Amino acid sequence: MELTEGTAGEPREFGPLTRTDFVRYQGASGDFNPIHHDEEFARAAGFPSVFSVGMLQAGILGTYVTDWLGAENIRRFAVQFREQVWPGDTLTCSGTVVRRYEDAGEDRADLELEVTRQTGGVAVRGTATVVLA
Amino acid sequence: MVDKSAVGATTAPVEVPIERGKVREFARATMSENAAYLGSDAPVIPPTFLTTINFWMSAEESPMAKVGLDLRRLLHGGQEYVFHGPPPRAGSTLHATSRIEDIYEKEGRRGGTMTFVVAVTEFRDEDGALVAEARATAIETGQAPMRGA
Repeated sequence: MELTEGTAGEPREFGPLTRTDFVRYQGASGDFNPIHHDEEFARAAGFPSVFSVGMLQAGILGTYVTDWLGAENIRRFAVQFREQVWPGDTLTCSGTVVRRYEDAGEDRADLELEVTRQTGGVAVRGTATVVLA
Repeated sequence: MVDKSAVGATTAPVEVPIERGKVREFARATMSENAAYLGSDAPVIPPTFLTTINFWMSAEESPMAKVGLDLRRLLHGGQEYVFHGPPPRAGSTLHATSRIEDIYEKEGRRGGTMTFVVAVTEFRDEDGALVAEARATAIETGQAPMRGA
């Protein structure tokens, strides 16, 4: 696929996310904040249930962009967290090329990325820079 | 109240070995089936993998600990990773130092002051070359958060 300004990746769904997905990510990442797996702890903190780790949906967005453009080609990946993600949520990752340019002799593209919930609410906004082979 | 004098405080270097099994575990946990991670003897790391520095630098050792944030009002606002070349591969050993880059305040939309703390971790290879940077933004809200990570 030729990448130019405005080229959009094929959106991709992940989930529905389960508590097991949260726990598996916490084990892999080393972030054991109980608010993501301990139901009593989450309720005592004023939340209706446990909720996902922001870095899990960030990591899923990383999976989306590296499956699309190549694991070895990523040079920058940044996320901002918006809405929380809850058990049972289905996430959709999408991305668009916003700039293609040469930098230090390399052919590069900048992307805008997004993770949305099934409600349409935005969970993560992201940006990335990739090198094109 | 956060301690703004923490800006610039830098940790001693921590050794961070990049391990194939951890790369595989992390790739699976982030729902990847990419052969670049799962099918290689020396896979590159996924874009957000360096968050696993949690296993090598404890929260108490992190420069964030020096800022005196109120954990009950703390949000993870954002995260950035920069790679100076292809991402590091399993089998390599990195050396990481962290420092507080910036602390600033903004008025929240619903009242109350939000304090932003930016921490940067630099990852160098065994020759001392900078190969990756991680930049975390933490937000201390004016009241208990109902959104965020």
